[in-house]
Amino acid sequence: MKFKQCVAAMLVLVGVSLALRAQNAGTGGPTPPAPDKSAPKNQAGQHASEGERIFAQNCSRCHTAPDGFSPHISGTIVMHMRVRASLSKHDTQELMRFFNP
Amino acid sequence: MQRLRKNLTTCGGALTRLVASIAAMTVGSCLVAAQQIPLISGGAGFLSSTNGGQTSYLPIIEPLLAAPIGSHLLIETRASAVQSWFPYSPGQNGYPGYNHVYSLGLTYLQADYLASSHVTIVGGSFLIPFGTYNERLSPVWINNLQDGPLISSLGTMSTGTGVGGMVRGSAISRRKYSVDYKAYFSALDKNKKFNAERSSGGQASVYLPEKRLEVGLSYNRLLQGIHENFYGAHVWWEPKDTNLWLRSEFARGHHAQGYWVEADYRSDKFHGLDSWVGRIEPVFRMQQTFQRDQAASDGLSLFNTQRVDFGLDYNLKHNTRILTSYSRRFAPNGGNENIWETGIVYRFLFPVWKGK
Repeated sequence: MKFKQCVAAMLVLVGVSLALRAQNAGTGGPTPPAPDKSAPKNQAGQHASEGERIFAQNCSRCHTAPDGFSPHISGTIVMHMRVRASLSKHDTQELMRFFNP
Repeated sequence: MQRLRKNLTTCGGALTRLVASIAAMTVGSCLVAAQQIPLISGGAGFLSSTNGGQTSYLPIIEPLLAAPIGSHLLIETRASAVQSWFPYSPGQNGYPGYNHVYSLGLTYLQADYLASSHVTIVGGSFLIPFGTYNERLSPVWINNLQDGPLISSLGTMSTGTGVGGMVRGSAISRRKYSVDYKAYFSALDKNKKFNAERSSGGQASVYLPEKRLEVGLSYNRLLQGIHENFYGAHVWWEPKDTNLWLRSEFARGHHAQGYWVEADYRSDKFHGLDSWVGRIEPVFRMQQTFQRDQAASDGLSLFNTQRVDFGLDYNLKHNTRILTSYSRRFAPNGGNENIWETGIVYRFLFPVWKGK
């Protein structure tokens, strides 16, 4: 197998993935509901989504989420992630709320 | 696996004493918050690799202990225990067989002081920040492929760890972008347990959350012998709503340079990521290394090398992964070879003691 063929295989993999994404967008795939501005703000929901976003953008960049863990170590996990992923203070607070809704 | 063997040093007694002292220190600190019980995390796995018809086996466990002391101080350490079984050629009796080597060592042991919302001060033995592999992807339960990139030794001073201090943190954090930084200094340490070279360097990266794009630059300098410079750059991208991750890294040392590009994908098109199809994770990595001179290799092969890895991982329930891959290495002078690897890895995470 030639190295160039391997490179081509990777490009095909990337192309297929991007095509799937484009197809999904073009054929009306599942889209998130538009926010209702008239609805009262749900503080708990906001914290969960903000924390979930931070988790997805920082922790999930390197590894998958664990199946579950004891709530007694959530603070330690957040402290450790703050160092490893260089999280800001705001991010750690939101992540803490996400782990302990 | 070769890198693992190289990095580990035997220190069984010292490891036990260190872990015991850390545990005593954390138990002694009576102001532990309800959610800050020390934890043990890490991975355990059984890996096999067939290279040129020779199969070796590698049972491995990498536990990590993270113990907060109050709200500003975190002690963390990672150990690695490896039993490596590898075949030897038929001896005088004419029978082939297996040799095995056991190694146990601390990968790092550091104290993190959260000085402010933007500054964390690290002291002790730490993973050298350069590129992304050493700090982020080297744990056995994270890496998508068993072997690290060929250039993983560039910029990490051959030991992978430094002994000294580091300042790191989030310089700017906004909803649309964030900037992280790390700067370290390591002293020369010939101690067998925490071997380190005298060096310094740093890293800065920008992350755009909406684009899921991260770009970073690294620079490290060896401060002994021939003072060598190492330059690195990395780009990570996860196109939105695709579950496709693209990771790439370039590193240039005094004697060699190279790059790697990795793509891995999980589909949520068939009942989500937790369906049996969604748990399948194809991985592809390509990499090249180039010699800049023949004086030394910077830990790389002495010949220009190309390698491709085709992996197929399966993410089982209960934090378990099956890793399989086929790799082809291209090198001059008969250096071409096939590498088949399989393994199973379990990730664990639990508190040191039961909380109230």
